Amino acid sequence: MPFGNTHNNFKLNYKVEDEFPDLSKHNNHMAKVLTKELYGKIRDRQTPSGYTLDDVIQTGVDNPGHPFIMTVGCVAGDEESYEVFKELLDPVISDRHGGYKPTDKHKTDMNFENLKGGDDLDPNYVLSSRVRTGRSIKGFTLPPHNSRGERRAIEKLSVEALTSLDGEFKGKYYPLKSMTDAEQEQLINDHFLFDKPVSPLLTCAGMARDWPDGRGIMHNDNKTFLVWVNEEDHLRVISMQKGGNMREVFKRFCVGLQKIEEIFKKHNHGFMWNEHLGYILTCPSNLGTGLRGGVHVKLPKLSTHPKFDEILTRLRLQKRGTGGVDTASVGGVFDISNADRLGSSEVEQVQLVVDGVKLMVELEKKLEKGEAIDSLIPAQK
Amino acid sequence: MANSFTRMMSGRHTAVILASIGAGTLASGYLLSDHIVAAAERTRLYPPSADYPDLRKHNNCMAAALTPSIYGRLRDKTTPNDWTLDQCIQTGVDNPGHPFIKTVGMVAGDEESYEVFAELFDPVIKDRHNGYEPRTMKHPTDLDASKITAGMFDERYVLSSRVRTGRSIRGLSLPPACSRSERREVERVAVTALSGLKGDLSGRYYSLGEMSDREQQQLIDDHLLFDKPVSPLLMSAGMARDWPDARGIWHNNEKNFLIWINEEDHTRIISMEKGGNMKRVFERFCRGLKQVEQLIQERGWEFMWNDRLGYVLTCPSNLGTGLRAGVHIRLPILSRDPRFKRILENLRLQKRGTGGVDTAATGDTVDVSNLDRLGKSEVELVQLVIDGVNYLIECEKRLEKGQDIKIPAPIPQFRK
Repeated sequence: MPFGNTHNNFKLNYKVEDEFPDLSKHNNHMAKVLTKELYGKIRDRQTPSGYTLDDVIQTGVDNPGHPFIMTVGCVAGDEESYEVFKELLDPVISDRHGGYKPTDKHKTDMNFENLKGGDDLDPNYVLSSRVRTGRSIKGFTLPPHNSRGERRAIEKLSVEALTSLDGEFKGKYYPLKSMTDAEQEQLINDHFLFDKPVSPLLTCAGMARDWPDGRGIMHNDNKTFLVWVNEEDHLRVISMQKGGNMREVFKRFCVGLQKIEEIFKKHNHGFMWNEHLGYILTCPSNLGTGLRGGVHVKLPKLSTHPKFDEILTRLRLQKRGTGGVDTASVGGVFDISNADRLGSSEVEQVQLVVDGVKLMVELEKKLEKGEAIDSLIPAQK
Repeated sequence: MANSFTRMMSGRHTAVILASIGAGTLASGYLLSDHIVAAAERTRLYPPSADYPDLRKHNNCMAAALTPSIYGRLRDKTTPNDWTLDQCIQTGVDNPGHPFIKTVGMVAGDEESYEVFAELFDPVIKDRHNGYEPRTMKHPTDLDASKITAGMFDERYVLSSRVRTGRSIRGLSLPPACSRSERREVERVAVTALSGLKGDLSGRYYSLGEMSDREQQQLIDDHLLFDKPVSPLLMSAGMARDWPDARGIWHNNEKNFLIWINEEDHTRIISMEKGGNMKRVFERFCRGLKQVEQLIQERGWEFMWNDRLGYVLTCPSNLGTGLRAGVHIRLPILSRDPRFKRILENLRLQKRGTGGVDTAATGDTVDVSNLDRLGKSEVELVQLVIDGVNYLIECEKRLEKGQDIKIPAPIPQFRK
């Protein structure tokens, strides 16, 4: 049986106020939306696979959040979660994704030809370029909920799809539980290896169960295309390379994903997608494109300019340290990526990154020459 | 109040009853029939063999006992509270164990787990408790502290004495499985009972979520405060859910009788004091436990207990008495003697660091306590600790004088 507080019906014998979690010290999207009344209204529901409201919110109950960082505080256990618990998830999605309404339609555009430019970011500043997204496979429940049998079936399908790729995508799959020490060492040195999640945001949602069973990494021989299997989502797909040719990175990303999707569709297990939420992923924050396109870029002067954060906000970009989310920048090098996921397409989001980074490099160069940049600060996109 | 009504109303059949009563509330078009159809489909697509865990790199009692045929027979069963085998063993799947330390690798979600999943729990219990046979043997319970002899240690060696155990409230699910309301019910039942204690046992309750900073600091300084579990053994079993909701500490005014509420068990009861008067520690322990039991019985509750497994607790390692009686003791010469380990083993004692399980000894002081929990009574185990610690002190004194010591004969166990 899949994981979760399966004894939901048993809990219904207790009063709503006795079961309602204490969210008084909480600061996450779920806690802001979930009232006792709403809890009482939807707590008796289950998705067909048995995922319940308490399962959805457990991670948000266990992790009150941070006064400054607003986490989502809820996850989906399957595709149907977004429908069955829409009274909770729609407002959470709206809060997280800039007012996105239940009636809005999401645009998917994976046609790399529609991207303008992106091949001329200055490699003296832009050290590396990367695009990642997630994909969920229809017919299976998601990482917080799936059983070992399902996870292995997902791995099997994924391995078949990934090892059948050719050309620049030709590569090899390394299951986490049986890789050799030498392979592990190499994957660590290439910065490819993902580790068992330690973040309580993920572990409290049950995503680390049975580790490392059914988990693995595929990468192509060129080490520019990489897929994580059964980490936080069924698949995380990453295209990356050194330097500033984001156009090439994005092309590889789109072509690779298309090839993978075709193979899954042949087995009647296409990707989870709908026209309202785009690509369905475990965390509501990754709905839509699930895309984070970004660069590692040297901006020592611009990053200390008082208007740096405002520039980022206006460009619809976000900064992270070079270790990824929750890390600090080292040597003035920042990870700059798109902030949006839902409501705009892949092409649009990568375009924002390309245009925004190009502008920021120009601003950096101006600051190096001691020139003012105020006139070049962009309007809100 | 949990009673036979609650238990009748729980379980799989309930789903049908509840659905017919409140069909309108199962909204969004997902009728109960969808669940039944979906569940049947999943069982067809994923037979037990598809879900069988990979335990090849595992070293815990569960992994040693589980076989594909046992898993196949038990996977689709549930306790009346809808707790499953997968949920019992999740902690053992997630934590392969250590080459040298054999963890248990499974927990109970409720009292019935030990019955419904007996085919797996029984061999695990036998393995962990030195050959105790849960199907045929009886566990003796004896909380008559007057039977204890020689329970006053030489305080030049023994710095402090402590006895702890756990108790579960019958009718409520255990920490891995309990819902928030059940956990809050445990807190209510326990705190109400404890408020009835009088005399040297009277005290007060500090809720973890509501205590003031000052109260928290005082509890830390007194070494009484417990923290959110960080051990993956407990986290993987779901025992830290909803922290710190319904967790708290009760202690008497003298700070020598202490109850933890809703940590790894419903309640953990601790009696302790500085010095070597183990008899008094145990006497207070027994008196306090009996009074608490009486106070909950007055309101229609009782502890989980049966004559085969003794007191039923979350982890199979704590079945029986759930009792760990121990001392912090200075044995500068003996603790460095190569025979120390063997002496402890034969006396059925274990050493831990002074921070408790998994800590190292500081200086010459070491925590010494009983190894066994099940198959011997509380009185027997505490007497065993007293006799053993007295023997250790004798050895230390002899070594001080340059005399030789003997390794004692091993105390008999159930296994041949």
